[in-house]
Amino acid sequence: MKYLYYPGCSARSTGKPYEESMLSVAEVLEIPIEELEDWNCCGATTYMAINELKAFALCARNFALAERQVEAEEEINLVAPCAACYLGLNKAQHYLGEFPEIRAKICEGLHAAGLESTGRVRVRHPLDVLVNDIGLEKIASAVTKPLEGFRVACYYGCQIIRPYAEFDDQHRPTTMDRLMESLGAEVIDWPIKTRCCGGSLTGTVQECGLRLSAMLLNEAKNRGCNVIATACPLCQFNLECYQSQMKRQFGYEFKMPVAFFTQLIGVAFGIPKRKLGLQRLFLPLPDVSKVAVCPLPSPSETKASVGGSNVPS
Amino acid sequence: MSQVETGSNGTPKVGVYVCHCGINISQKVEISETVEFAKKLPYVTVVREYKFMCSDPGQELIQQDIREGLVDRVVVASCSPLMHEHTFRGAMAAGGGNPFLFQMANIREHVSWVTVDKKAATKKAKALIAAAVERIALHQPLERVQVPVHPDVLVVGGGIAGIHAALTLADSGKKVYLVEREPTIGGHMAKLDKTFPTLDCSACILTPKMSAVGAHPNITLWTYSEVTKVDGYVGNFKVTVKRKPRYVDEEKCVGCLECIEACIFKEGKFRSEFDEGLSKRKPVYIPFPQATPLVAVIDPETCIEFKTGKCKKSCAEVCAPEAIDFEQTEKIKEIEVGAIVLATGFKTFDAARVSRYGYGKYPNVYTSLEVERLVNAAGPTGGEVLLDNGKKPKTVGIVHCVGSRDENTNPYCSRVCCMYSLKLAHLLQERTGAEIYDFYIDMRTPGKGYEEFYERVSQEKVHFIRGRVGEITDWAMEPEEVGKLVMRAEDTLMGAVRRVPVDMVVLAVGLEPQDDAEEVRRIFNIGCSHDGWFLERHPKLAPVSTFTDGVFLAGACQGPKDIPDSVAQAGAAASEAMAIIDRGYVELEPNTAFIIEDLCSGCKTCVAICPFSATSFDEEKKVVVVNGALCKGCGTCVAACPSGALQQNLFTDEQIFHEIKGVVSYV
Amino acid sequence: MSDNEASKEPFEPKIVAFFCNWCTYTAADLAGTARMVYAPNIRVVRIMCSGRLDPQFVLAAFRDGADGVLIGGCHPGDCHYQEGNYYALRRFTLLKKLLKSMGIEEARLRLEWIAASEGDKVKKVMNDMTEAVRELGPLRLEPRAYDLIQAQPAAEIEVTTSAQEVHHE
Repeated sequence: MKYLYYPGCSARSTGKPYEESMLSVAEVLEIPIEELEDWNCCGATTYMAINELKAFALCARNFALAERQVEAEEEINLVAPCAACYLGLNKAQHYLGEFPEIRAKICEGLHAAGLESTGRVRVRHPLDVLVNDIGLEKIASAVTKPLEGFRVACYYGCQIIRPYAEFDDQHRPTTMDRLMESLGAEVIDWPIKTRCCGGSLTGTVQECGLRLSAMLLNEAKNRGCNVIATACPLCQFNLECYQSQMKRQFGYEFKMPVAFFTQLIGVAFGIPKRKLGLQRLFLPLPDVSKVAVCPLPSPSETKASVGGSNVPS
Repeated sequence: MSQVETGSNGTPKVGVYVCHCGINISQKVEISETVEFAKKLPYVTVVREYKFMCSDPGQELIQQDIREGLVDRVVVASCSPLMHEHTFRGAMAAGGGNPFLFQMANIREHVSWVTVDKKAATKKAKALIAAAVERIALHQPLERVQVPVHPDVLVVGGGIAGIHAALTLADSGKKVYLVEREPTIGGHMAKLDKTFPTLDCSACILTPKMSAVGAHPNITLWTYSEVTKVDGYVGNFKVTVKRKPRYVDEEKCVGCLECIEACIFKEGKFRSEFDEGLSKRKPVYIPFPQATPLVAVIDPETCIEFKTGKCKKSCAEVCAPEAIDFEQTEKIKEIEVGAIVLATGFKTFDAARVSRYGYGKYPNVYTSLEVERLVNAAGPTGGEVLLDNGKKPKTVGIVHCVGSRDENTNPYCSRVCCMYSLKLAHLLQERTGAEIYDFYIDMRTPGKGYEEFYERVSQEKVHFIRGRVGEITDWAMEPEEVGKLVMRAEDTLMGAVRRVPVDMVVLAVGLEPQDDAEEVRRIFNIGCSHDGWFLERHPKLAPVSTFTDGVFLAGACQGPKDIPDSVAQAGAAASEAMAIIDRGYVELEPNTAFIIEDLCSGCKTCVAICPFSATSFDEEKKVVVVNGALCKGCGTCVAACPSGALQQNLFTDEQIFHEIKGVVSYV
Repeated sequence: MSDNEASKEPFEPKIVAFFCNWCTYTAADLAGTARMVYAPNIRVVRIMCSGRLDPQFVLAAFRDGADGVLIGGCHPGDCHYQEGNYYALRRFTLLKKLLKSMGIEEARLRLEWIAASEGDKVKKVMNDMTEAVRELGPLRLEPRAYDLIQAQPAAEIEVTTSAQEVHHE
């Protein structure tokens, strides 16, 4: 079975290290993956918010291209690492399946371009593919440098399991947690791993977005984690790049590295740093050889997180 | 196409009676137009319309026409035959006609209630009447066969519903088999602490009934047993019961507990089913002190002897009556009964399915049934409610509707949760002095004394917050939330999202059909509603009957129910069963298959496909014979017969051909 | 007959339904009790079990003027008589092939499993089938096929088809 890779726009900009690390990891695990030819924008949240039909049309063109590229297989796995792409494509596929009138309209459009989408495409997230197709056993057996000393808080964000819980629980997902454990990392359990990071609000109503990101960072830090693993380029960007501004605004200093989960897999596999895009991170991964391993704080010792009264709203 | 046979009556005289059903039919179907149409149909001699055909005067219309010789066959165009066929057949008989020279046209359920357009409804009504008239000319007078009824009754499930049904039947002199899957009867009620709204101690009111079952001369109690097969029909069921080995001889065991004391496990080590896993039991155990029968049971899954064969069997050594028997095997019992009461109950919703409430993740999140055990003086903690740190909770949150009224789990209301939540709020407050936060969506307290109980509890230290809880976490945002469970909910009366930190959470889990409800319903050949509860024959008028005659429902297997309703329904099911037994016979519908010997080629196609072995081959005459008592009247063999030698009473090929012709060719 | 008048109006298909007493007929009653409005084109003939459905009934319905035939039985495993619906399924499969060879469109014959509690499904199936048959238009039997039904008992037709089946393979 071959996987088609849908990069989306972020993999070629801020999310570059996500692509680099995912492809490097796929190489080690010998996952056959090839890029979707001539792909276009998924419509992202912006189009979806203004005109759903146009967003579906954009997604459907990608499906049609995939069906043209892989003729032989009954089901085509289209891997979309960006959480927004994953959700957008998934939503489009659901709507095309459930609403014949939408489907008819979209098919008409595709037809005009000489394309056809029959619903053979299954949208997959790399997290799902790695854990459920490849399997933790195979991944664990490829580990050469176990992530000892890494205390990872797995952050799923809001999009990859909601509203479509294709591969995990909507509220308390565990896929990434199990994956990190299989790499030898210590996983920090926290209840807000699917809460909003601020998303695009950080770019528009910064005050509001920053506060949401700061809540996450603070809780992760309180629970003793030393790196946050993400599965979304925007989450990674929001959580990592604004930490100095959060310090100015709220007085918290986090210094919390935020990496793509694929980068952490790559580290455990012993893949060279540059092939994982680690040099692109603003905050380097913890140097575990220098970190003294101290016991985790117990829940009763943890401090309160960033709350309404602490933060100007 | 075929000859109309009318016996001695000559040409058939068909009466058509169109019912208005108040305005239920007449507001959609043009009655006068329909009447005019019916007058022109073949063999029709009388057409009448009436407001309520099922009323006495309505039935009298039919009877009078029969008596006066105006009609000998009757078509009533009214409601569904499943509703009133019985009524009108009775009217036919009372008027001196044969009840089977009768046919109904369903112009209410299938026409007036489902059609908007009056013209279309009238047209469809006409078609259905024509169909009935076309086939009625070919009806033959038939007699019902009477079959004697076996006087014993089977009750399945030994919860409060099954117990009450069994006792009611036994007290009336019927011999009852009570079959229970668990080692003891008592069901969920035995696990409860107090019962709402009176706060009666559950055990105090239940255990006398349990011992009455154990001691009743008319009740054969088979615990640790399951029904595996049901054959036969109303009045004559043949039931197979599997009696699982409990490795303790029920006749010899005196319930002294010596074996449990002597078990090589000094402490209980395995999950106690009765205490919802909050305490541990040994491999040999009695679920609880009032268990009925008070007989020990050995769990082969955990017993060393069964696992290794190398136990010193100290339990057997100390047993004076020598009741312990490691060689015991499963026994299959076959019984005959006339009626069956199903009271297989429910299971509680698995709270872990709503992951955002943290059940199974945070130790101080409990289900309501666990809390019932916690507050019970005979429970695992002796009635003390303590947190995992050994301290009493100062604040407790209760979440209503866990697994109920929720698109993601069960859409229905589980009916009992509001009331038991109020009860637990009261009990927890009484035991711990804690402040209670009760999160509800709507407070549902219909029932005698229920609203008053709500009123009473709301005067106590209980805060009611109207809103579904969104999540329960240990995520502290304020200093006072540190180390607590934080419940987040929209307070819909206040119009704001609230965070309420508490020490302990009670999830008011809903009721669900038993895991094997699907399997059980197949064994008993009854239906399930779409949410999995056993389906009653009619929601209002036959709430304890099923579509299989002689099988009745009691308690929560039919849908969520509290104790008073379960007991009331159990009584109803018991008396329905009694009605069958006391009459002494059942009349079988004469829609059985019959053979026209001259046409039978002896191919035996029908013999192979009858699931009831009603068709057999007569080697001497070389034709098939139908056993009318075994035939259930499905007609599958009739459709399979290649030579038309098999026919079905009330559903002969010709009757159906004419019905088809009638239904399409007139309008 | 009113057929001539009717032909001037827009086409309203006539569909005959054979519903088993225990599941589908009860479900149709439930749809009524719940006042679920659906297309008035389907007229129900009650049989005790879908296993009673003789393929000849379907042919007769088409001959007598039906534009479509719907068969309704209990879900597999739910038959009140244990397995009548399986026989209905077998006959249905064979019958579909026969109808096809007679030039009758596939959508004119439909089999649905509808449980006693599925009133909403009755509504959906009634509406769907009516629309599907409406789209096909009135059934026009080829004269030859029509003669075939008229002249021969269906049992013989069945035999012929089975023979044809063998031939095809």
